[in-house]
Amino acid sequence: MNIHDFLCPPVESARRTGPHDRIVMSSRVRLARNLRGLAFPGWAKKSERVKALDIIRPAVEGLPQLTGAFSETMDNLGPLDKQILVERHLISREHAAKSSGSGLILNKEESLCVMINEEDHLRMQALRPGLQLRQAWMSIDQVDSDLERKLDYAFSPELGYLTACPTNLGTGIRVSAMLHLPGLVLHEQITQIISSVNRLGMAVRGLYGEGTEALGNVFQVSNQMTLGEIETDIVERLNKVLLQIIEHEENARGVLLEKRPKIVYNQIGRAYGILANAHSIASKETMNLLSLMRLGVDLGEFPNAQRALIDELFVITQPAHLQKQFTEKLVAEERDLLRADMLRERLRDVSRPNPKPAGGSGAALDKRN
Amino acid sequence: MLCMLCKKNLATVHLTQMVDPDKIQKVDLCEDCANKKGVKSDISFALADQFLSASQEIAQAAGGVEVRCPGCGFTQADFKKAGRLGCAQCYPTFAEGLESLLKSMHKGIKHIGKVPAALRQGRDLSERLKHLQKKLDRAVTAEDFEQAAGLRDEIKAAKEQLDNMLAR
Repeated sequence: MNIHDFLCPPVESARRTGPHDRIVMSSRVRLARNLRGLAFPGWAKKSERVKALDIIRPAVEGLPQLTGAFSETMDNLGPLDKQILVERHLISREHAAKSSGSGLILNKEESLCVMINEEDHLRMQALRPGLQLRQAWMSIDQVDSDLERKLDYAFSPELGYLTACPTNLGTGIRVSAMLHLPGLVLHEQITQIISSVNRLGMAVRGLYGEGTEALGNVFQVSNQMTLGEIETDIVERLNKVLLQIIEHEENARGVLLEKRPKIVYNQIGRAYGILANAHSIASKETMNLLSLMRLGVDLGEFPNAQRALIDELFVITQPAHLQKQFTEKLVAEERDLLRADMLRERLRDVSRPNPKPAGGSGAALDKRN
Repeated sequence: MLCMLCKKNLATVHLTQMVDPDKIQKVDLCEDCANKKGVKSDISFALADQFLSASQEIAQAAGGVEVRCPGCGFTQADFKKAGRLGCAQCYPTFAEGLESLLKSMHKGIKHIGKVPAALRQGRDLSERLKHLQKKLDRAVTAEDFEQAAGLRDEIKAAKEQLDNMLAR
């Protein structure tokens, strides 16, 4: 089956809701596991990687949670397919670079995704909209418990699950959330927040994980340490930190509106102006401006626009998604023109921002259509 | 505190290095090792390099050959290059050099999280066996043969259970 027929259309996936989704775009828990007796993927010979894939793939496909899932080897996915999966945050950029000997299994709800032979033999992740770390952990814990009956994991009583990189050793767990923090950025508190989160032993990264920039004011916060602590404590600790960041973001928005409303309205108004009227716009600029429009929606400035529309545009204006809509190969300049056309069309019925919404932001949010 | 490299002399040189913007590693060395490594000159140095090359030197001095993982042929030089290990067996093979690295990056160096159920059950069962064996010894000493017979049956059942588990 073709991955594009399988993937949920962005117009639908953008409508998924979860707790605190005003700020927390998604939650994720991933576990790293390896098979005993086979070299880690980065060091293994191709025959060994294929062997691991042949053992793991049927075991994962046989799980009840993954009935009817999409399952494919990476050499059967084209570069555009892979880039689309990266833009949807379903696979890592590292995995997108893999070919034969690596695989991907994804369920219909896009809530479970297993990468085979990424940095480790198995990288399984549970995804949830909004802040749902505990739910994501319980879901992936179950998958792992079901798999351990079929697979012989490399495990040491002293060091736990053995991983290719010592930074994942022990629990092999990475708990993370994607946060939209325009308030902290505009209020210039973000660096301060990042360094205090770092001091708590957590990492803050950009939109696409390791080594990427925070486009669209989206930040990924995750645990760093995986050894010497139990999984539920790691989940709870990150959850607590996220709740604090949410509070800081809400405060920053409140303070900005109270003390420097013109700055906020100016930024949102300009973002709308460009997005709704441009005839050529690059992907990065689009993301940064959509972030401001998203803030505008949160503040009730766009009574007839929903956050789902902005979240959908966030996905479909990215390079691979845009390219996918056209058969001929587009160069960046052509994409910029088509992106602008798409944005003008989709924002045609969104009226200009109204800085003083009647009835407060909450009421305005509920008035749809 | 002993020097992390020679593990003989008192550590008097303490260094803190930022590896990432958000990752700090600490080293404690004695005068001799610090001098040998040229730490005293204000030039920055890569911490992981120090350790790995140092324990490699020790290994070479002791055995005359580079340590190679018996499982996959991986060497410490490979680790320095890739930042990843070759296979599960690399962990016991390079345990010495890794310990300080693990200490610097994690909360502890002993796993206290999830354990595969089969392993956990096996562990619980062998503990139960030990406990039953002790009870049996006591019963025999006390010449309580009725209890001893019961315990023998329980031990037999537990052993069978453990064998079945291992056979799976």
